Amino acid sequence: MSQLIIDLEITADTAGPIATLEEFLAADQKPTAVLIDSDEDIESIKDFVATLSVIALNFPAFSDGRAYSSANLLRREYGYTAELRAVGDIRIDQLEQMTRCGFNAFQLAEGQNVDQGLERLQGFSFSYQPAFNREPLFRARFS
Amino acid sequence: MYVYDEYDQKMVDERVAQYRDQTNRFLAGELPAEEFQHLRLRNGLYIQRLAPMLRIAVPYGLLSSKQLRKLAYITRHFDRGYAHLTTRQNVQLNWPILEEVPDILEELATVEMHAIQTSGNCIRNVTSDQYAGVAQDEIEDSRPWAEIIRQWSTFHPEFNWLPRKFKIAVTSATQDRAAVQVHDIGVRIFNNEGVTSFEILAGGGLGRTPVIAPVIKQNLEPKHLLTYLEAILRVYNRYGRRDNKYKARIKILVRAMTPEAFAEKVDAEWQTLKDGTGTLTNAEISRVKGHFTIPAYETLEDHVAEIDDRIADNSGFSNWLKQNVKPHKQPGYSIVNLALKQTGIPPGDVTDEQLETVANLADEFSFGEARVTHEQNLTLADVPKRSLFSLWQALVNAKLATPNLGLLTDIICCPGGDYCSLANAKSIPVAEAIQRQFDDLDYLHDLGDLDINISGCMNACGHHHVGNIGILGVDKKGAEFYQVSIGGSGYEDASLAKILGPSFAREEIPAVIQKLVNVHLDKREGAERFLDTYRRVGIDPYKQAVYTS
Repeated sequence: MSQLIIDLEITADTAGPIATLEEFLAADQKPTAVLIDSDEDIESIKDFVATLSVIALNFPAFSDGRAYSSANLLRREYGYTAELRAVGDIRIDQLEQMTRCGFNAFQLAEGQNVDQGLERLQGFSFSYQPAFNREPLFRARFS
Repeated sequence: MYVYDEYDQKMVDERVAQYRDQTNRFLAGELPAEEFQHLRLRNGLYIQRLAPMLRIAVPYGLLSSKQLRKLAYITRHFDRGYAHLTTRQNVQLNWPILEEVPDILEELATVEMHAIQTSGNCIRNVTSDQYAGVAQDEIEDSRPWAEIIRQWSTFHPEFNWLPRKFKIAVTSATQDRAAVQVHDIGVRIFNNEGVTSFEILAGGGLGRTPVIAPVIKQNLEPKHLLTYLEAILRVYNRYGRRDNKYKARIKILVRAMTPEAFAEKVDAEWQTLKDGTGTLTNAEISRVKGHFTIPAYETLEDHVAEIDDRIADNSGFSNWLKQNVKPHKQPGYSIVNLALKQTGIPPGDVTDEQLETVANLADEFSFGEARVTHEQNLTLADVPKRSLFSLWQALVNAKLATPNLGLLTDIICCPGGDYCSLANAKSIPVAEAIQRQFDDLDYLHDLGDLDINISGCMNACGHHHVGNIGILGVDKKGAEFYQVSIGGSGYEDASLAKILGPSFAREEIPAVIQKLVNVHLDKREGAERFLDTYRRVGIDPYKQAVYTS
């Protein structure tokens, strides 16, 4: 069974090859999919986000939280709108936080239960903070 | 105090369900121990030396009588009939059962309490001044701002997997009772002709590398508080070290970048967030402030003649009044501190019955509220002066009237090797031995304010770096030894204590403290505090007394 969830559906991977950041930056003809590791600067692709259809952010360990900040920058500051995929050590208990930072695709780690992941993806009913596609609760309270 | 609305309640209820699911999957073998460890820590559950330990959040230390009664119930039904107050104004249970923790959380949720983010590498429970709202030296009530920060930090999706733990403290008084200079972020509130502004400190902390925090932002407008905090956290989350847990706190990053460069980086990040959707609205600020209204004080004379008579013929009451009762901004009222530092009882421990007594006394004398202090004591913040004598009598009966607040025996102490699996050495027996050595109350009063802080290891939960006398448990080839330092302060005159010299065996400690105190009595001018004498004469006389005699 596929371990990939995109937009709330378990699905096959049709993205094709994903370039590393190094390959991406070196290429004259820019690929449309790029993989960025947690210690790599998200700033380096800022000018290319409009042409990308997949950005994959790697979590070398589930406890490495750097890619959450990268995701927030991509979505909220750079205006990236296409697929944002979490790859690497992706466990189902973190999907809720990833979703609120703007990830919409999840390549689960080996051994994770993808159905349980889907059930837990939406998480809390509200977000106290500004999050992807959500006003902070303190604004929602008055609307 | 802040009262949950339907949204807050739903968030906590959903968290209980989420944690129950995680516990069930762990017990069913579906969730590996190393993953569950991170998840349970974000809910304050440690696996300790003898049993799990559950840390319950008490935001900025404020508790209602209803919450106190629930805590009493929980300690009785799920634990061994006592709880422990921590140096970050939280409450710990020493003997919960892992399988029952979801039930404990469900009980807590019924009184608007939880254990969210009381451990783990995330933003921890926000702390503040235990006298907020009632202190004479307060500029503005800090609790609404602490509550606004609490909500913002709760389940923050971006900052739940930081390089290391992250602690925020807020103060708004001349005297800094929240130790903001030794926190990852300190927020100082100012008010200039009705206009509130913040000063932000970053990169302070204790632990292995103690640092006094530099100021990185002045005159921050209130509406920008959360976007500015977000900018700090983002810079830390992205650039803080993750290769070495001992160098992962924000203080190391601020120091490596220099405070100026760090502040610039934060400012650049902040420009992208400023005035965005995270900007606080006036409606929200008013809503939260509306929960911290002034209680229905009576109009009273400030002077109560009956107290003078009682003082004259009751030295117990007189000592307690002098030491544990503090001035209140409302005429005719006092702030009453309940020192949980009775000799023979681990500092900060409180029984289920005492919790219920405090709940009843809070209802009778203090508008139904109590506070936990970072010195591991309890406070009843709004007591009419005319009730002080009755309250004192009730506290004596409940063994909550030890008149030693701020004195040498009011020791701040971590659970240490008796409970904690991180500790190098025990700390509770050291506190007790010192308390037994100094059992003469008149002598202690004469000595004046003197903070002793004891930590069982470098993690510094007992804040030994900021003790006037700090004691640190160290391991020397498998044996427990204690390093003594002097001259620290966690208040507005913050300083880090200096190590005296080679460490001591446990049984030597009371005599060492006695020698330090003797130097003080010999060198002090007038009623000088221990700290001031030390600052005037330097470390040498103390060293000499301890190591050459």
